[in-house]
Amino acid sequence: MLNIKNLHVKLEEEDKQILKGVNLEVGAGEVHAIMGPNGSGKSTLSYVLSGRDGYEVTEGAATLNGEDILDMEPEERAAAGLFLAFQYPVEIPGVGNMTFLRTALNAQRKARGEEEVSAADFLKLIREKAKSLKIDSEMLKRPVNMGFSGGEKKRNEILQMAVLEPKMCILDETDSGLDVDAMKLVSDGVNALRDAGRGFLVITHYQRLLNHIVPDVVHIMAEGRIVKTGGKELALEVEENGYADILAELEGAA
Amino acid sequence: MALPQVKQDATDARLAGLRLPDGAGWATSAREAALARVQAMGLPGRRDEYWKWTRPDGLNAAEAATAKVFPNDEQPIFSEIDRVRLVFVDGVFDAKQSDDPKMAGVEIERLEQATRADIHWAKDVYGILEERAQDPVARPLAALNTAYASDGVMIRATRKAKCPVSLIYLHKSDNSDAMLHHCIKVEEGASLTVLENGPAAARFNKVMEVEVADGAAFHHIRAQGRDHERQAVTHTFARLGRESVFKSFTMTANGVMTRNECVVELTGDDATAHVAGAALGDGDFHHDDTVFITHNAVNCESRQVFKKVLRNGATGVFQGKILVQPEAQKTDGYQISQALLLDDDSEFYAKPELEIYADDVQCSHGSTSGAIDDDALFYLRSRGVPESQAQDLLVLAFLAEAIQEIENPAIAEDIRVRLEAWLERRRKG
Ligand SMILES: Nc1ncnc2c1ncn2[C@@H]1O[C@H](COP(=O)(O)OP(=O)(O)OP(=O)(O)O)[C@@H](O)[C@H]1O
Ligand SMILES: [Mg+2]
Repeated sequence: MLNIKNLHVKLEEEDKQILKGVNLEVGAGEVHAIMGPNGSGKSTLSYVLSGRDGYEVTEGAATLNGEDILDMEPEERAAAGLFLAFQYPVEIPGVGNMTFLRTALNAQRKARGEEEVSAADFLKLIREKAKSLKIDSEMLKRPVNMGFSGGEKKRNEILQMAVLEPKMCILDETDSGLDVDAMKLVSDGVNALRDAGRGFLVITHYQRLLNHIVPDVVHIMAEGRIVKTGGKELALEVEENGYADILAELEGAA
Repeated sequence: MALPQVKQDATDARLAGLRLPDGAGWATSAREAALARVQAMGLPGRRDEYWKWTRPDGLNAAEAATAKVFPNDEQPIFSEIDRVRLVFVDGVFDAKQSDDPKMAGVEIERLEQATRADIHWAKDVYGILEERAQDPVARPLAALNTAYASDGVMIRATRKAKCPVSLIYLHKSDNSDAMLHHCIKVEEGASLTVLENGPAAARFNKVMEVEVADGAAFHHIRAQGRDHERQAVTHTFARLGRESVFKSFTMTANGVMTRNECVVELTGDDATAHVAGAALGDGDFHHDDTVFITHNAVNCESRQVFKKVLRNGATGVFQGKILVQPEAQKTDGYQISQALLLDDDSEFYAKPELEIYADDVQCSHGSTSGAIDDDALFYLRSRGVPESQAQDLLVLAFLAEAIQEIENPAIAEDIRVRLEAWLERRRKG
């Protein structure tokens, strides 16, 4: 599904290399987790994959279902099935949450040559999805993320994901700022979307989330590289010992 | 005091080509007095502080520059709203295209009709509010209008009007030079909504004087026509009684020159005045909102919300003032003016002013100009919304705060749809 090969990325404005050869492959139906120290490049990876400005790919490639995504516009990547749940969801005053989501859904459908969803059908769809995430209709009417608490913003990201039904979902610290109940809601939302045709890349600092969303593979990222890959037990190891051992191991090998 | 020579020349040149309308009685003296005001003030000059950012030349000129009639390919506006339509073609009332101007509790007459009556309510409005507004800042083009306008409507509401009066300004001739002068009086406890739309003429000078009596309400919503080369200078003068409400909203999309002045005086306690505008244009678009709100009474509220979207070298101007007189305690004044600059060539000039002589007041103002928020743009695109559409969504969002000032949801929706259609045409064109 998602195939990242030797990806090198620097900042466009500065001479600063952030990703230094990332290799990663997420198959359909799989859930991969990425953990790693602050500043190791996890969000950068998610932004580069979704097409944010300000980065320059100096080497390597990334494909989604065989298609090179790095040359696509962000909206084309979305239509191709890529979704990023932002670490910091953006507040957009004046744009209603519902309007935004319906515009997005229909734009994606149009780009794929599918029929647009009628206002009535959309309302049904979003009500149903919102209900399962305990997002009330008042929140749907408000401008995108405006006045939402940290946890509400994260739930709103998952709502968007549930409505857009992307193929490849990247979740950047969706668990941060969530209370225990919200964590459960969000995890249930993610798990409900798990199926054989969909891949997940879950960026997190905490093993706790991975108890709910059980990963098939766990990667550790450090200094712009995937430095270790293992099963879900790797997350437990990090939780207990931190990154020191893993990084030391790396130093030793170098 | 003698006028500077340039100003004298410009004024003489303009007046030479004009003739006071025929008529007798009260209107004649009002017109002559207005002419004397113009002669004393002179037409606006480029050295005038009040015209620092807007060149009055085209508005002053003896001959109006031609403005090609634009193909009218827009969806009709306000068409679903039950209303009494009064149509003006190049500034002349057209009875044939208009509805029968009859509505319970609302008198509607042409200016010319009103001037023929010996005694008429309009005598206490026509040129009166305009003259009051000449101090402390001169507004010569409004006095010029009082002197020379020969058409317009006089509307007096004595109770709650059943539906809006809709003034439709058609532009048919490339060379039309039009002046209209409307007077409106909303009597105690009555309410009235006036809609305006259309480019009106190649050059348009319009004055609307509005007297809102105690406990009365007046709503004004206009959509200025978009003919690229059309020029317009409009003045809205309002005087508000106790517990009255005045709300005026203007949408402008293109037009090479627009100067909209709005002068409101709150003279009765507990009155409310809201003035708002959403303007959007590109290229030669020059749009100026000049607002002056005077608080003369206790516990009044005023609000100014102006938003401009400028691109491809368009220019926006905002001059907004809140003047709070010593007796106007407990004033609540708010003013915001914002520009969204879609490129580096576009410019926004703002002069927000507060002048406060009472001590127990709450006044705030703010002015900003900035570009599209990149983070918001990326967020929308990352959800699959194409860049241009995402940008339009953000533009509409930016304008939303001004549109929200319109109370009637159906009218607000009409305005929003029109703005959206304008953006969409740009996207495709
Ligand atoms: N636009 C930018 N300008 C300057 N530095 C940047 C920019 N984007 C990323 N960086 C730097 O790149 C490095 C990686 O940042 P990134 O946000 O990808 O880390 P992260 O792994 O997501 O960290 P965290 O766990 O704290 O979210 C950091 O040192 C960060 O400061
Ligand atoms: Mg991060």
